[in-house]
Amino acid sequence: MSTSLPVSQPAPASHRVYGPSALGGGLHRFWSLTFMLARTEFKLRFFGSAFGYLWTLVRPLLFFGVLLFVFTDLLHINSKAIPHYPEYLLESIILFTYFQETTSGSVASLVGRENLLRKVRFPRLVVPLSVALTALFNLCMNLIVVFIFILASGVEPRLSWLELPVLVALLVIISAGVGMLLSALYVRFRDIQPIWEVISQILWYGSPILYTVQTAANKHLFGIPFSRILVINPLGAILTQARKALLDPNAPSATRAIGGNARLLIPFAITAGLFALGLWFFNREAPRISENL
Amino acid sequence: MPATTEPTAAPAVSVEGVSKTFRLPHQQYSTLKERVLHPLRSTTYDELRAVQDVSLEIASGEFFGIVGRNGSGKSTLLKCIAGIYGVDRGRISIAGRLSPFIELGVGFNPDLNARDNVIINAIMLGLSRKQAMERFEHVVAFAELEGFMDLRLKNYSSGMMVRLAFATAIQVDAEILLIDEVLAVGDAAFQQKCFEEFFRLKREGKTIVFVSHDMYSVERFCDRAMLMERGCMTQIGDPRVIGRAYHELNFGQLAHDAPAESHSASGTAITDAWFENERGERLTSASQEDSLSMCFEARLGEDVSEPVFAVTLRTELGHTIIVARSDQHGHASGSFKAGETVIARFAIPNWLTPSRYMLTPSLAREGTGESALALVEDMASIVIHGTGSGGILELPIDVTLERL
Repeated sequence: MSTSLPVSQPAPASHRVYGPSALGGGLHRFWSLTFMLARTEFKLRFFGSAFGYLWTLVRPLLFFGVLLFVFTDLLHINSKAIPHYPEYLLESIILFTYFQETTSGSVASLVGRENLLRKVRFPRLVVPLSVALTALFNLCMNLIVVFIFILASGVEPRLSWLELPVLVALLVIISAGVGMLLSALYVRFRDIQPIWEVISQILWYGSPILYTVQTAANKHLFGIPFSRILVINPLGAILTQARKALLDPNAPSATRAIGGNARLLIPFAITAGLFALGLWFFNREAPRISENL
Repeated sequence: MPATTEPTAAPAVSVEGVSKTFRLPHQQYSTLKERVLHPLRSTTYDELRAVQDVSLEIASGEFFGIVGRNGSGKSTLLKCIAGIYGVDRGRISIAGRLSPFIELGVGFNPDLNARDNVIINAIMLGLSRKQAMERFEHVVAFAELEGFMDLRLKNYSSGMMVRLAFATAIQVDAEILLIDEVLAVGDAAFQQKCFEEFFRLKREGKTIVFVSHDMYSVERFCDRAMLMERGCMTQIGDPRVIGRAYHELNFGQLAHDAPAESHSASGTAITDAWFENERGERLTSASQEDSLSMCFEARLGEDVSEPVFAVTLRTELGHTIIVARSDQHGHASGSFKAGETVIARFAIPNWLTPSRYMLTPSLAREGTGESALALVEDMASIVIHGTGSGGILELPIDVTLERL
């Protein structure tokens, strides 16, 4: 009955099978899976729509147009007080959109990939990180438009524009960190979705997007200048620094807004802390994600 | 180099005392609010012991089947071996590269064309993008879908889709393959191709572990099989023995608590069973030359779509000679309404050896779950007379003698 075994190959060493993990399985596979999922998602997003990618752009642009009209034409705010206000508004919207897209996209990402998670062994972290990567593709496309807009409005290209990749990297880190945390939490608590919608709304108004750190310079909260509080928020720090680097060399840097290099460590620490928390929690949950879905 | 003796082939898969328990919270959704309002309540869990203390070893190059009814824990065990679920107790070791997937066509997206889907699926299965591109032509050729590659998957027929999935899956670089359910797919010609592919994998010394309800493929391919029931391994060994035990598990159980004329809760009943010849005359005995039909009449007590009519022919000693099912060759049986009466006929060439045979008709719901609607054990019998050769079957034989 028994068929003869094949010509003696060296017997491979036996190794133990562990359950699924957040990372694991080799860096190459991790990257190719993340990239593949992100790419597919990017491709599918506007599948079947006539203008395809353009819609990713139209939405923030339209939103930008409405805000600009309301704030400058109807309310006459900001337009004079803040140099390059329209450019600042557009650039901030685009950067914040990245944060929002990554975090709210991550929330249900694991649940949405249930089929894969239950049928294939692969590093679980691929799922939320691919969301961050898809959003990064969109951000890169949108930034091209932002730069066209900035140049058209008469801002000269400067060397400080090179700060942008660093700022985007920080933005990716904080967004991915929050994304990891939310996606793993959502597997346990479905309330995360509405909760996050609210928080994300608060962050939108709480970050210097419609206004700048200077807008409320002489207001205080708990005895701390309001401008400093804005920059404690890492998103606020990134947006403030981006304003100085891209648009207006005379605008306050994140360091100046928070009042010194040492204090700048606070938003950095929050960024690093959120990323570490997200990674830790995700890693802790990873082995049981596929059974808790 | 010392002249080593036989390499003591480490088992390809070794499972030692593995248990897996799922904790199912009583409330489906434990929301944050419930947590806050009832901090203690949500700590109550139902424990589902999906796999209990299973140990087995699968040799390198072996084809191993895992069979069992729905919910018996066989898929969970497969997922534990694949590393998709972690185990609670025990350990699993493997020797060799393990395929990371357990099902065909995972990650197929209906909105993308076939080309993209093949590449995506291949990457999921562990190939690099470059390897996936290189093997793309093989996939297309194997699936025989040249010219359909730019078609979106949602426009594929289900048969085409599984062909594509199968063709992609066999490109995986693994020595140990784990497969849940689907083995041979597509039309008859493609099924044959799948079978050949399995024999090729077998010759190449790959180890395959598969979970199936399809006893035919288990008996055809497997060197060994195991039967699972309620998370435990109840039997392991020859696939034919396991196949028989599986059928008994499915139909036997029902027969024991059923009265002579079996009524399921829904009122479905098998009302009659008999043998007949080609002229439709009922027979209680037949000579070997007569053609023979195994028939039964069933009355449906509920609306059923695609039920499976089946008969089992056994000798007086209880050896199963024939199992015939209405879905054997992918035939659809259609939909039936409650109150309908159906006669099922299974015609066979009468190659039975002289003896008495018992007919067990059964009717089951569609699908692999084999949930029986009605079954009556040994409902009819027939005596075949003639001169026997001593074997179980009296096949027509052409004898040639060649003098050299």
